[in-house]
Amino acid sequence: MNFFSELREGFGISWDAIRAHKLRSSLTTLGIVIGIVTVTLMAAAIEGLDKAFLQSISSLGADVFYVQRNSWINENTEGSWLKAQKRRPIRLAEAEALAGQLQLAAVAPVANDSGNSVKYKDRSASTAFIIGTTDEYLDTSGVAVAQGRFLTAADAEGGRPICVIGSEVASNLFRGESPIGEKIKIEDQSFEVVGILEKQGTMLGWSLDNRIIVPLRQFLAEIHNRPEVEIHVKVKGLVQLDEAREELRQAMRHVRHLAPNQPDDFAVNQQDQIVDMFHRVTGRIAIIGLCITSLSLFVGGIGIMNIMFVSVAERTREIGIRKAIGAKRRTILLQFLIEAACICLIGGVIGLGIAWLATLAVKHILPTSLSFNIVVMSLVVSLLTGLISGFLPAWRAARMNPVDALRNE
Amino acid sequence: MSLIRLQNISRRYQMGAETVHALRDVSLEIQRGEYVAIMGPSGSGKSTLMNLIGCLDTATSGSYELNGTNVSDMGDNQLAEVRNREIGFVFQTFNLLARSNALHNVELPLIYAGVSSAERRKIALEALANVGLADRIHHKPTELSGGQRQRVAVARALVNSPSILLADEPTGNLDSKTGAEIMALFEELSRKGNTIIVVTHEEEVARLSRRIVRIRDGLIASDEKVPHSSG
Repeated sequence: MNFFSELREGFGISWDAIRAHKLRSSLTTLGIVIGIVTVTLMAAAIEGLDKAFLQSISSLGADVFYVQRNSWINENTEGSWLKAQKRRPIRLAEAEALAGQLQLAAVAPVANDSGNSVKYKDRSASTAFIIGTTDEYLDTSGVAVAQGRFLTAADAEGGRPICVIGSEVASNLFRGESPIGEKIKIEDQSFEVVGILEKQGTMLGWSLDNRIIVPLRQFLAEIHNRPEVEIHVKVKGLVQLDEAREELRQAMRHVRHLAPNQPDDFAVNQQDQIVDMFHRVTGRIAIIGLCITSLSLFVGGIGIMNIMFVSVAERTREIGIRKAIGAKRRTILLQFLIEAACICLIGGVIGLGIAWLATLAVKHILPTSLSFNIVVMSLVVSLLTGLISGFLPAWRAARMNPVDALRNE
Repeated sequence: MSLIRLQNISRRYQMGAETVHALRDVSLEIQRGEYVAIMGPSGSGKSTLMNLIGCLDTATSGSYELNGTNVSDMGDNQLAEVRNREIGFVFQTFNLLARSNALHNVELPLIYAGVSSAERRKIALEALANVGLADRIHHKPTELSGGQRQRVAVARALVNSPSILLADEPTGNLDSKTGAEIMALFEELSRKGNTIIVVTHEEEVARLSRRIVRIRDGLIASDEKVPHSSG
């Protein structure tokens, strides 16, 4: 038998049947629409969260390593937290030694402090972060200068009191006046503003624009004389990140004079760690969320099954006629499966349309959009719902005895 | 070789605790080109016999050879194929698909036979023209009179050129004038060489055939030729 013409016949019958019972079909479809909307929105929300998170940590830079006392994420070995607390802080001298060992990288020692008094005339900005670093910070942090200039190597070495301020600091302290060349007071020491950074937004809720960057020497002299530092390392050129990380680790071990059998007493952090951890969390949320939302799809599927049983019962005589004329079991099975699948696919398409409108509506809160993957997933899921929930009724129809079916009034 | 050869056919149904013997050890042969009427009161087993001959049902015991093939042990799908190829049904209640037009109704057996759509249309149009409905092909069953509906059914039954035309009370739902027209059509088809089996309880309808088989209590009560003096 010609499978293709059977299929076409199946589509024709289904379309007729759906049109013949418009109200019934639309009510049944509604169940699927709701199911698909919830599942699709859930998937879009998770994708949106993911995107928002990646965006928010993108300021870390994918190819920047952060050498710090502690790891960003729990290292998950027993007692490691206590041990980590007892680690030696990283000192500036170590940062400088490390910089000397690494040739093909930008290395910026970074010391920071907060809660210092920051004043310009009678205005203050004491929530600002004070960062003491070198000219290499421009490379490692990916910041850009909006006005003026960044620190130079000479500034970092020398003792001239200058600073580069974040856009938020600029607008808080200067209220529209041009800050370049003006002097702000940090802990009663005057710093000349030489540059303003471009607006960077936030990272995990922290403002990246509320900061003041001063030369490292000035930081030591005026703010904190023996700070704990972080070392930001950005690899240059096309290097395997894993190899670079290992090289960095070995160099730091060397700097800290660790014997081969001693464990690291520092951590090399990078963006990937956070991303991995976040994906582990969102992965779980996705599974649980999709399970919960697919309950509504399940209810929709039950609706389809129910209505298909009604449809089969109503058309028992038609099934009898078709069988008498030569329709095989497969033909009848296919006919009803196609009908269920069509109802669900229509529901899926309408559901996608609604979900699309919904994502447009919440675009300002969450950067969601219906990706190609989600669209395909939704259509496949609605098709499968139709096939699964239509199977039992279709199977009953296919197995009908033609004599009994024909006798049915 | 007989077209239909039933040997010791029995058919029992289980109705609750009771076993109903619809057919008891029936043997019957029908040759190609015959025009046979099967008669009997309701409950006599004539419908069961028709269902068995039409391969809609299978016997509890006995063997059935149709056109040289033993169909008694066939499964559902094989029987569907045999029905599609060998048997054209005409029912009392026409049994057309209500939502499809005349042409599609007639095309249906060809779809199941896997005939290509262009070929299908050609054959179906021809079949409809043969029953005098060339101008009604796009009408739905509800837009046709009873006689026209039964003609569509006859066209559908013959479209696959089956071995047997099997009619179950074909005039039962028609007034006597249109009933006569349908029977005239049968007469014409018989003369062209079609094998026709009509199941009926109307003596006048049966008299138009060449041979009458009477069923009573699941047995063949009589099997006789019909004398046609004038024709």
